[in-house]
Amino acid sequence: MQPVATTFFFYLLSGLAVLGGILVITRKNPVHSALALILTLLSLAGLYLMLYAPFVAGVQIILYAGGIMVLFLFVIMLVNLERSAKEEQFNKQWIAGTAAALALGVLFILVYTGGKALFPEHLAQLPEQSNTQEVAILLYGNYMFAFEIASLLLLVAIIGAVVMAKKRI
Amino acid sequence: MLDYITSYLKSDLTPGAAGNVLWAFVYILLIFLGLSVAVIAMNWLERKILAHMQVRLGPMRVGPHGLLQPVADALKLLIKEDIMPAEADKVVFWMAPLFVVMTAFTVFIVVPFGPTHAVTDMNIGVLFMLGVSSLSVLGIVMAGWASNSHYPLIGALRSSAQMVSYEIAMGLAVISAVLMSSLNQAGTGTLSMIGLVQAQQAQHTWFVFKFFPLGLIAFVIFAIAMVAETNRAPFDLPEAESELTAGFHTEYSGFRWSLFFLAEYSAMIAVSSIAVTLWLGGWMRPFPTWLSGETWDLVFSLFPGLTFIFLAVFAFVGVVRMPKHPYFRIQTMGLAGFGAVLGLIGLVLFAPPVRDRIQDIYWFSVKVAVSMYMYIWYRGTFPRYRFDQLMKVGWKILLPVGIGVLILTAIAGVWL
Repeated sequence: MQPVATTFFFYLLSGLAVLGGILVITRKNPVHSALALILTLLSLAGLYLMLYAPFVAGVQIILYAGGIMVLFLFVIMLVNLERSAKEEQFNKQWIAGTAAALALGVLFILVYTGGKALFPEHLAQLPEQSNTQEVAILLYGNYMFAFEIASLLLLVAIIGAVVMAKKRI
Repeated sequence: MLDYITSYLKSDLTPGAAGNVLWAFVYILLIFLGLSVAVIAMNWLERKILAHMQVRLGPMRVGPHGLLQPVADALKLLIKEDIMPAEADKVVFWMAPLFVVMTAFTVFIVVPFGPTHAVTDMNIGVLFMLGVSSLSVLGIVMAGWASNSHYPLIGALRSSAQMVSYEIAMGLAVISAVLMSSLNQAGTGTLSMIGLVQAQQAQHTWFVFKFFPLGLIAFVIFAIAMVAETNRAPFDLPEAESELTAGFHTEYSGFRWSLFFLAEYSAMIAVSSIAVTLWLGGWMRPFPTWLSGETWDLVFSLFPGLTFIFLAVFAFVGVVRMPKHPYFRIQTMGLAGFGAVLGLIGLVLFAPPVRDRIQDIYWFSVKVAVSMYMYIWYRGTFPRYRFDQLMKVGWKILLPVGIGVLILTAIAGVWL
């Protein structure tokens, strides 16, 4: 089945993602920022779906929007909001900021003009029906070692958090 | 145009897979209507069943045996004044109930009411359902924070802590069921809701009985975690009325509150349908292999009609037992009419083409209904947990047991 209105959805989702990103840094209230970040994360999940990666989209929703952002909001609600609302939001480092923005802009222009050869003309049509299975085969087959090392790293982080948070174990 | 409509009727695909926008829309509308009716019915049933468990009568005044009570409640909620606290965060306060309702209804696009009766079948069905239903906690947190009041905030904090904890146990139970679905020739499992039921069909067993007692333990873990996920008794700490008035929706009234109510019940139906799909064989009728053959197929296909006839007889018994005072005349006539409608629906369900098409939906709904009854039963019998007990159950019992079941399932899958 052919996808419908692909371009429209791409621009809609990218627009929402960028809008959410801008709102994250301009809102004074941290809870509003977190909600805007959820908007960004959900539109990214939509973009993954458009790239024929439903598994990545599902994981994006369940981990980032459903898990991590809940913890974010949990922490934000526990800290004192009165003080942070009065603080100045942007520090005045105009020179460094302008330089960074210029460098990024030049990079974008270079990629847009000279990078056409780097990208394929058409998207590879991956089998949507077996995306999860493909990911599983790659993770538990070809990249087994790297995957296990990464999970070991996470285990170390969990133990570290417990050790640091609890005085007596 | 007519071809476009009729072309789907003989199809054995879901509207999503067939790419049929019209039928997908029809399915969405049907599911929405069905859910609304189910929520209204649950409202009445919960009050009635709880009342009978506590040796009370429950709603009796509005309509015969209080049958019209949910309608009266809905009308009351719609015309009630909608109050927004003065210091509330207006936008977030307004968005929270919408967010909760949207997540609660979105998950139903992958629920398989039958091999073809789902809006669509996704490659990531279960993951999608768990992910989107885990988003509903964001709505609760938004509601609690935006109310700018203490009780809702505490309720929201409790809710987020509870949901994040129980999601892990829930996920582990789901993974062990998904692992069981990979025991086939190809050796690959599936996350698609329809695929999971088909895997149970191919293995001639419901996953709850697979590798006894491993499947059963995983199912019990899921059944406990799903009660906690939907904030229902005995895990209803986010809205514990003895401590927090009404928890995260204390400041909500009227229509917005009814949205929370709607979302809570449809979320209960959603997680119940995950449990039914993963462990209780989804749309399959009981004993599909043991009691197979033409005769048994016919017997089991008569069940939907018989259920409605039984309900109709129940209504007519009510008509006979109604007080004979003139004051009750309209109520008696109404109940008789209701019984007649139920009986007519039952008769329609006996017609062979309808019977064949409706069977899957019937068995799925019956299983979900049993699960919903369990919800009411828990609420009627268990005392509420304390918060530290809740956390202890989640992290120190369900999580280790879940990991153990997962490992044992993997071992059993490899060796048996």
